[in-house]
Amino acid sequence: MNKSGFSNIQSEYLAIIDHTKCVRCKRCIQNCGWGTYSFGGDKILAEHEKCVACGRCYTYCPEGAISIVKNPTVIRENNNWKEAHIKTIWKQSETGGIIISGMGTTLKYKKYFDHILLDACQVTNPSIDPLREPMELKTYLGKKPSKLDIDLNGAGEATLKTKISPQIELQTPFVFGAMSYGSISLNAQKAIALAARALGTVMNTGEGGLHDDLVPFGKNIIVQVASGRFGVHRDYLNSGIAVEIKIGQGAKPGIGGHLPGEKIGVDISKTRMIPVGTDAISPAPHHDIYSIEDLRQLIFAIKEATNYEKPVSVKIAAVHNIAAIVSGVVRAGADIVYIDGYTGGTGAAPNIIKDHVGIPIELALAQVDQRLRDEGIRNEASLIAAGSIRSSADAVKAFALGADAVAIGTAALVAMGCHVCGKCNTGNCSWGITTQRPELARRLDPEVYGERLYNLISAWGHEIQEVLGAMGVNSIESLRGSRERLRGVELTDAELNVLGIKHAGL
Amino acid sequence: MLKLKNKFSVERDISGCGLFGVINTKRVRFDGSGIKKAITVEHDRGNGLGGGFAVYGNYPEYSDLYAFHIMYDNLSAKNDVDEYLKNNFIIEKSEPIPTSKKTVIKDHPYLFRYFMRPKSDRQDKLFRDLDDDDFVVQSVMTINQNYDGAYVFSSGKNMGAFKGVGYPEDIADFFMLDEVMGYMWTAHNRFPTNTPGWWGGAHPFTLLDWSIVHNGEISSYGINKRYLEMFKYNLALKTDTEVITYILDLLIRKHGLPVEIATLVLAPPFYQAIDRMEPGKRELLTALRQIYGSAVLNGPFAIVFGFSGGMVAMNDRIKLRPLVAATMGDFTYVGSEEAAIKSICPSPDMVWSPEAGAPVIARFEELERHKRGMVNL
Amino acid sequence: MMTIDASGMHYKDLNRTIREGILRGVKKFFLENVNGQYYIGDGIKGDDVIININGVPGNDLGAFMDGPTIIVNNNAQDNIGNTMNAGKIVVKGDAGDVVGYGMRGGRIYILGNAGYRVGIHMKGYNEQLPVLIIGGKVGSFFAEYMAGGIIVLLGLNGEDYSAGDYFASGMHGGVIYIRKKGNFAKYSKEVELYESGDKDIDFLKKYFMEFAESFNLSLEEILKEPFYKIVPSSARPYGHLYTSM
Repeated sequence: MNKSGFSNIQSEYLAIIDHTKCVRCKRCIQNCGWGTYSFGGDKILAEHEKCVACGRCYTYCPEGAISIVKNPTVIRENNNWKEAHIKTIWKQSETGGIIISGMGTTLKYKKYFDHILLDACQVTNPSIDPLREPMELKTYLGKKPSKLDIDLNGAGEATLKTKISPQIELQTPFVFGAMSYGSISLNAQKAIALAARALGTVMNTGEGGLHDDLVPFGKNIIVQVASGRFGVHRDYLNSGIAVEIKIGQGAKPGIGGHLPGEKIGVDISKTRMIPVGTDAISPAPHHDIYSIEDLRQLIFAIKEATNYEKPVSVKIAAVHNIAAIVSGVVRAGADIVYIDGYTGGTGAAPNIIKDHVGIPIELALAQVDQRLRDEGIRNEASLIAAGSIRSSADAVKAFALGADAVAIGTAALVAMGCHVCGKCNTGNCSWGITTQRPELARRLDPEVYGERLYNLISAWGHEIQEVLGAMGVNSIESLRGSRERLRGVELTDAELNVLGIKHAGL
Repeated sequence: MLKLKNKFSVERDISGCGLFGVINTKRVRFDGSGIKKAITVEHDRGNGLGGGFAVYGNYPEYSDLYAFHIMYDNLSAKNDVDEYLKNNFIIEKSEPIPTSKKTVIKDHPYLFRYFMRPKSDRQDKLFRDLDDDDFVVQSVMTINQNYDGAYVFSSGKNMGAFKGVGYPEDIADFFMLDEVMGYMWTAHNRFPTNTPGWWGGAHPFTLLDWSIVHNGEISSYGINKRYLEMFKYNLALKTDTEVITYILDLLIRKHGLPVEIATLVLAPPFYQAIDRMEPGKRELLTALRQIYGSAVLNGPFAIVFGFSGGMVAMNDRIKLRPLVAATMGDFTYVGSEEAAIKSICPSPDMVWSPEAGAPVIARFEELERHKRGMVNL
Repeated sequence: MMTIDASGMHYKDLNRTIREGILRGVKKFFLENVNGQYYIGDGIKGDDVIININGVPGNDLGAFMDGPTIIVNNNAQDNIGNTMNAGKIVVKGDAGDVVGYGMRGGRIYILGNAGYRVGIHMKGYNEQLPVLIIGGKVGSFFAEYMAGGIIVLLGLNGEDYSAGDYFASGMHGGVIYIRKKGNFAKYSKEVELYESGDKDIDFLKKYFMEFAESFNLSLEEILKEPFYKIVPSSARPYGHLYTSM
């Protein structure tokens, strides 16, 4: 409760308008989802405290008359009591609330991808020219047998005897991470769906159900089952190429989903079957999973409901004991395990969780891959790594550490205009991405941004082909798990050991 | 001190090379002078730091026994290994491997051979219940890993490897291969690129009846190694050849894949070719790539591998290393250079360059009855 | 009609037999000697399909079910009607934990008691109205996060307490009817309690009749005591708990 209405918290940014350039076209007023701008009769006025630096206004200002600057008024510097601590205390003393925000953590932790370098061929083995020679990125996700049985007939013709579990065929090892209808707009989902189809990869519904408009994209969709069971029914399970059980998310391990009531309009209310304006809260646990055998029970409940035709993925957050957990998940029957690192994104999560819970994907992935190999069950499930894959370089390193594919979420949103302002929870996204306000969502043209997503992933695919060529291999399976092609810099022995790589120079 | 094992590179030992192989499919035996002559033509492909031969059919009098060739740094290492062998094998015969003192090879390890069969009540508790082949594999790995100064470089039946540091023609003279008879021979001339030569690292690399000679550097070594480790192979030597041998052992002996199918694992067609195949074949080839993607040998290679059923030569799927094949009557020849073949077979019936990834398979003829088991691809 | 002797059968075979039967047009299934087979009726469709079970069915009975009717003549285990979409499940005994989790349509009638965490996250929208009626009592964490649909606790066994602790925490939609008022203090802060009116009873009557018929009870027996109605006090019970910077 804030009885006084007075806040200590000053605006973080200033929206500065150069009135000599401004032609008063008012596009900034229309474009800002935050209500920062208004028209004061003869000129545009800005309420600085509403600005989140989402970048929409200056991108669309035809005169280049807007600058967004960090508020120069300082809170006295203190390396212990940082500005964020002070502001958070003010906010919480005013509201009594848990601070939530969108996107991944903004805190500065060591990023292991930035301390890993790649190998290349010189003389003894040759590099391959990716422009003229085939460079294969095709990837199959799903349970593989450890060996194949072949039948030979009298004529010496070989046929496959082993029945292979259902697989997801990907033309590129990038998939789109789960982002629900609700957390993002339908137009944003459509853009992703169009890109996924054009790229020959998959998107993921998240836990918001499947909108009718996306049903035709079924072959490129993984449908998710989370603890809130929003939009989950028999036909939904059968409408995609695979089903994912969401146990956890990198941004918020151990807690459930949270779609703030601001984003629950009539349409979301219908697909989720919950009242308008309510908070769509997924419970922290699935109430039918309180132990590993219960996970197996749900995996097979889904396999029964889909006649064993769909691979079942299990998404978990990277936490301390991740290797043993994944081993259990694989033994419980998961065909794919999606591991989300602690820097992964979210539509909304408490900062206390987002900033302090979980472990880096690089370390988790390295340990999981090794553990599954030690147990001789690496073939039993494919691994998807996620948790802020920012570039194709991050992806290549993830593949070499053992990932079968990587998932991108935030990067996809950035391709759609997102400036990572972290206010997804408010539903005011000026870019039309994380909003359900029709006037904002409408501005995101699925065709336009579908193409941008296609371009991004195509470019990353080409970059991976460049790296494969430099490494002298022409298919991604020869990079996958090949940690010999990685070296660490500025890493301790413990870190190198966890990653299973050598220090550069060795 | 002599180098039996790879102590140089913490990670792996790589090399460039020349190869040769010849087989008489009717199992008519011939001596080693021809293959020595042929590999000498490829002299410049090596640098004197490794040469070797594998011969099949050279121990007909012991054909049902495992023939171990072991090199020792010192005789105390031999005592330790002898103790292990005595506890686990019935040793029918053991003797020094005959060598010539009149060659340029002066600095060499002690070389011994043993003809043995595993005991039914062997002492080794861990591996007591394995079948004979698997037990021999474990014994070889145990000795090579745990016995300092000892290295098993051959362990098959009625076959043997003869190799060391030197040019192959000198190694041939050293082992007096002019006097050794066999119906299939492979040879290797080595050009190590990142370590000095070491006796154990010379080719052929062998395990049971497998013998591999190899040219090129496998760029997928890292994942091939980790894949094999999942199946409990111990990659002690850190060479590409070792990796190739173990993959073949896994695919053919352990997983029971036909040789032709195994070669498709090593050098699979590209997906664009697979997608054009008729459905049954497409399904099979897709499955091979899905299941055995980590066993693909990526990067340049040409290999010749011998096994009890014959000889296979192949190169990588974009033909980055040379390979030439020829036939003459009951003989099939393969080599890195055509000139090597022509040096001992001036006018063959047929000479050709195999296509990328397409194996040349020459089988012994009395295996005709198994032809039903052969694969048409 | 198809009779299946389920003794010793693995659930995979049993359920495949049922699915294939439905595809062939079988409408009535009699499963004999069922003992613990999971997933009976999982993900099946067909409004006129009836599965009659003798024996104790295993967990996830009728999970994701979309239309058929399942009648259990004994007790049943955990996770009955998990994320069920349509159809009916009748249990002529007690049910285990987690009945009707994420249920989004259809009816579940339990004659006896049900365990912990019953009716969590039930939801509904317009014509999709899940109904869960428990003849006896339930354990704690009942109707957590309830977002829609109807749950009725009859407490027919005569005990005053028909529910455990932490009742209807986080409820933000739907209605719960109870026949024993109990101690309102144990209900969550997010709900309000009213006496039911005639309109409520009229609405519930068709379900009560079906319930009574399923278990050979009389409608009068069910209606002889007054009902109380529990509804969420806010559609956004946790709205105040969070704040954005």
